[in-house]
Parts: sequence; structure tokens; C-alpha cells
Amino acid sequence: MGLELYLDLLSPACRVVYIFAKANRIPFEYKAVALMKGEQLSEDFGKVNPLKKVPALKDGDFTMSESIAILQYLAEKYKLSDHWYPANLEKRAKINEFLLWHVNVVRPLMVKDFWLKIMAPTLLGRTAPAERLEAVAQEFSTVLDQFEKTFLQGKTYISGEEISVADVVSLCDLIQATCTGQNIFEERPKMAAWRRNVESHIGMELINEAQKVVLNAGSYSKDSMDSKGVEWLTARAQLLLS
Amino acid sequence: MGLELYLDLLSPPCRTVYIFAKKNGIPFEFKEVELMKGDHISEEFGKVNPVRKVPALKDGDFTLAESVAILLHLARKYKVPDHWYPADLEKRAKVDEFMSWHITTLRQHTGKAFWLKTMAVALLGKPLPPEKIEAGLQELHATLKQLEEVFLQDKPFVTGDKISLADLLSICDIMQSFGGGHDVFEGCPKLAAWRQRVESEIGVELFIEANGGIQDAKSFSEQKIPPEVAKRLMARLQHHLGQH
Repeated sequence: MGLELYLDLLSPACRVVYIFAKANRIPFEYKAVALMKGEQLSEDFGKVNPLKKVPALKDGDFTMSESIAILQYLAEKYKLSDHWYPANLEKRAKINEFLLWHVNVVRPLMVKDFWLKIMAPTLLGRTAPAERLEAVAQEFSTVLDQFEKTFLQGKTYISGEEISVADVVSLCDLIQATCTGQNIFEERPKMAAWRRNVESHIGMELINEAQKVVLNAGSYSKDSMDSKGVEWLTARAQLLLS
Repeated sequence: MGLELYLDLLSPPCRTVYIFAKKNGIPFEFKEVELMKGDHISEEFGKVNPVRKVPALKDGDFTLAESVAILLHLARKYKVPDHWYPADLEKRAKVDEFMSWHITTLRQHTGKAFWLKTMAVALLGKPLPPEKIEAGLQELHATLKQLEEVFLQDKPFVTGDKISLADLLSICDIMQSFGGGHDVFEGCPKLAAWRQRVESEIGVELFIEANGGIQDAKSFSEQKIPPEVAKRLMARLQHHLGQH
């Protein structure tokens, strides 16, 4: 049967897994789960991941979820080049530190930004209040400052001279933010340089292939949703804006 | 100089690191960082962790933040018993999966419960209206249900027969939501039983030593909080009340 990866490339966490697997030539079967159609809520998918989220992995009888855990699993199982997730105690610790900071701080902010600016207007027909958008913009500024000063520090890649899982995870989320008008890379030349390094290592063909759907605004218009999708997405938008 | 752990036992991730280090006999110097006094805002602490959060680790020139990163580092460096973070690929993946899920769900929701119940009293001088608290706890109830039905199921511990970092991480966060006289395990006998097992594995004495402070909600409201700290805390409370 082989490795199966359950993905929707609209989700940054899925893009991370997709890019990582492809860049490392890990053979897998792509199993599409259309979030806009609420497919992650299906009973079938629930057998793969009872948490009903993507990305998810199935390898024979073994199933798991959570993008970062999946990357760690793939790196180990397929004995990938050490730089992706180094065995060295301190190098690995610093990458873990970055990944956890990103999951704790950056990703929720990206999600909030995306939902406030794009999903909520699409689903609820109204824009978020100006103060909330302003608060998000401020948070962005602080977080990106932290990224540059504490983590990147002008290095080629986050952990030093070689690319690691940290760069892939980070880039996918940051590019998502550019869809909402955050001028991250135009305003920050060091981050732009880092982005070029990561994209150059992975290869633009793969990057473009992975980003295609999210960079196309039509992908999250109401036309791409069915009733199930509208239902769960609207509930989520309402929760966020309440 | 040796290993230094910068901790405030009022913070769940700090308690996790503390219990883990103590339980495994890892020698360290406890460097207290009192959040309610704003110690984490100090320039000195900024040199240990520029992100200004606890827990933080310093080992000679090497510094590290983020509780899960610290736990994994300690587990690897001090070669703790395998069950904490198994070498087996699939067992380890399940611990990694749980910890990643935990950070974005259980930690957030137990934190919110703590802010709505305990910190609100400390900052506002009186409890929030019960409806407001209850509304804020909806997500916590849903997440605890997932903990029981998706992760724990009928196993003694979250990822199997033995205690792991997954159990330790989650129990410390869950303890945070116990303030305000509200038993979050009410109606969840499986979770209550799991808690007893975890407490027993850790050792009741160590468990109480670490978690005792958080149970004493009264002491929070009686604290004299410096104005700069109070301002930051109020902003966080407002965030939890949805006024952001």
C-alpha cells in the first residue's frame, strides 16, 4: 500500500509536508481532502485522523497527524540528510525551539490574519473591525522583528548555513500571509534574501506547484465551496469574529 | 557553572520542565523568574531568552527556550528512561503528535480557563459573571473530550502503557484550569483516573511541590502587582475575553 499523505494544499501545514516529501523524493500517494467541501469531516477520513484535520499520514496501519511531527517522522524513517533535522544535540534543540515558537506564536497569527481578512468577508459578508485589523498588523510587526532578530539573525538559513525543516515550515506560513496584503518581503530585505535561499534550494518548480492554489483567490471564493464546506467554515468564522 | 533552569512554577510549561528534571535526577540550579513581579521583562533575563518567556534553559553558553524543546533536549542529553520519549519511530511519532496538538489546543484552552477564573479575580478584584466563564470554557470541554476519546481511550497513559512526556505536559496544563473551585474532571471518570495514575508515577510529593502554588487561587488576588506588569496582564485578560 505504501505511504499516503492526506492533504489540501490550501493549508500551509499541508504545503509544508508536501514540499518536504517531494523535495526529498519520498514516494507517497497524494490523497486530496477538500477543506472547502468539508471532506475532513467525513467518516472515512475520521478513520485516518479522528481529530479531523489535515495534514494526516497513513503508512500501513500506522496513522498520525500534526505537520511538524510528520516532518520529524519522515526525516527519521527515510534517513534524510542530517541538515534537515540534525542529530547534533544543540543544533536539534535550536530547531525544535524555533518550530515550537512558530507553532505557538506565528502560525496562530497567520491563521487569524487570513480568516479576518479573507474568510470572514467571504463567508459573513462583512469586514472585520478596523481596530482588530490594526491589532493584527501590530502583532505581525512584533513577530517578524522577533523572527529577524532572534532567529534568522542574518544567517543564510534559520539554523545556519544549511536548510532545515525550520525554513520549510516558516516559509509556507509567511507566504500565506502575503495573500492578505502583508508586505513581509518587500519591506524586509533580510527576509527576502532568506526566502530566495530557501526557494532556490527547494526549486521554484516545486514551490510554485505547492503554492498555486493558495495564491489563486478563486480557491477560497464561495464558488469553490459546497454546502458542507460553507457550514463548517461559517461556524469557524463566527467563532473567530464573536 | 552547570545547568540553569529559569522557571516560575505558576506557569504550566515551567512545572513540566521542573517535574521532569527532578523526577529524572537531572542536577540543575533553579533560577526563579517571578512573572507577577515582571522579572521576565528585565534586561538580565532578556540575555537568557530574548523572547522573554519562561521556561528557559542556560547551559554554559547554550541557551534554549520553549518547554517542549527543553524537555526533548534534557531527555536526549541525560539519556532518561526510554518511555519518556521512546526511541521507537512510531511510538515517538505519537508522542510528537500529541505534544504538537497539545500546544495549539489544550494549552490554549486551559490557559483561558485560568485567566477567566483565577486571574480575573486577581486583576478585577471580583469573579467574572458565571455565564461569561462558562462560555469561555466551551472549548476546554471539547478539547478534554478529544483527550479522552481520541488519545487516551482505554490506555493507562496517553500514548501507551507507560508515562511519557505527553502525559506530563498535559497534566501540568490541566492543573492550571482547576482554579476557582471548578473540577474540570467532573463527569470524566476516565480522565480523573488517568490523573491519579500520572500523579502516582510522578510521585505525590513532587506533584504537589510543583502544582501546589497554582491551587491557591486566593494568593493571586492578594498579590501586589507592579503597574507595568498589571497593564500587560490586563491586556492578556482582555484578549481572553475576546476584546482584542
